[in-house]
Amino acid sequence: MEVDQLQRTFHDYHASLFNEGFLDEQFVQLQQLQDESNPGFVVEVVSLFFEDSERLLNDLSKALDQVNVDFRKIDAHVHQLKGSSSSIGAQRVRNACIAFRNFCDERNIEACLQCLQQVRQEYLLVKTKLEALLRLEQQIVAAGGASPM
Amino acid sequence: MEEMGSDCSSSGLQELHVLAVDDSLVDRKVIERLLKISCCKVTAVESGRRALQYLGLDGERSSVGFDELKVNLIMTDYSMPGMTGYELLKKIKGSSKLREIPVVIMSSENVLARIDRCLEEGAEEFLVKPVKLSDVERLRDFILRGEEKNEREFSRKRKTSDDSCTPASSPSSSDSDLPSSPISPISVSTVSDEPRPKRARLLDDN
Repeated sequence: MEVDQLQRTFHDYHASLFNEGFLDEQFVQLQQLQDESNPGFVVEVVSLFFEDSERLLNDLSKALDQVNVDFRKIDAHVHQLKGSSSSIGAQRVRNACIAFRNFCDERNIEACLQCLQQVRQEYLLVKTKLEALLRLEQQIVAAGGASPM
Repeated sequence: MEEMGSDCSSSGLQELHVLAVDDSLVDRKVIERLLKISCCKVTAVESGRRALQYLGLDGERSSVGFDELKVNLIMTDYSMPGMTGYELLKKIKGSSKLREIPVVIMSSENVLARIDRCLEEGAEEFLVKPVKLSDVERLRDFILRGEEKNEREFSRKRKTSDDSCTPASSPSSSDSDLPSSPISPISVSTVSDEPRPKRARLLDDN
């Protein structure tokens, strides 16, 4: 049965994301908030996270490119990104933000640039994975199965 | 997929109206859902200023009577641009119109000094983000008990034929200076038991 196979694939993929540290318990919390009355909840929150993150990463890039770097502003942006990644359970992004803030405190531009690269990398990784997970969910529902979320 | 929460009207729960304040779009979305699933009405705003506008405390007369907008609980993020959650808390507790409304602070940072400051200023609780469903349900139940007690005291006072305003004795409000306050300061008892307030769930993230 195609649905069964898809469900299995979803289950395994879902588990791997937790095992590899991409997602944490908070993502499970979000899943629990999705039900028949609000079947698109996870997709909606994740989409907001993507938009928010892309905006913040752009702002960070610009801010680090300034002649006089405003570290307080950078710290504020990273704090926001840390917050939203924490809210959806994007653990590795969150951890990368924590490291980033430490270097902000030190006012170390070089290190900050590296941190930004690291955060962006983690973000792109989790984005790819979440999109894959959500696509699987979509496929299951389209094939007549119940959402595994 | 779990069937989450019973139908709110059949559960018999009174619907609390919660004002949620957070500059993060993601967090507003999540807290809104947490509250709705816990059978609460939600109004979510993005800043302290907007919150005060909604509460009718910004000098402008709101078009609707205050009672219709009655807010039973305010949940606010701590770190917000412009007005912080702490500043919002102070404004609310400093207003005779609004100070009875319980205020809960949410923050991703568990700085003890920050927690203490908020509790001292009259915050009901300090929640460490990310906020969980269990936090919201616990909060809701606590506020509901307070509202019920408030109503019982009110009706008890009305029944009193004696005109000398002796406050009705109430089993658990002995510590409270305000007879009408439904909520006793919980922070005092929890702080003495442990080095940090129990209510502030601590995550070692910094």
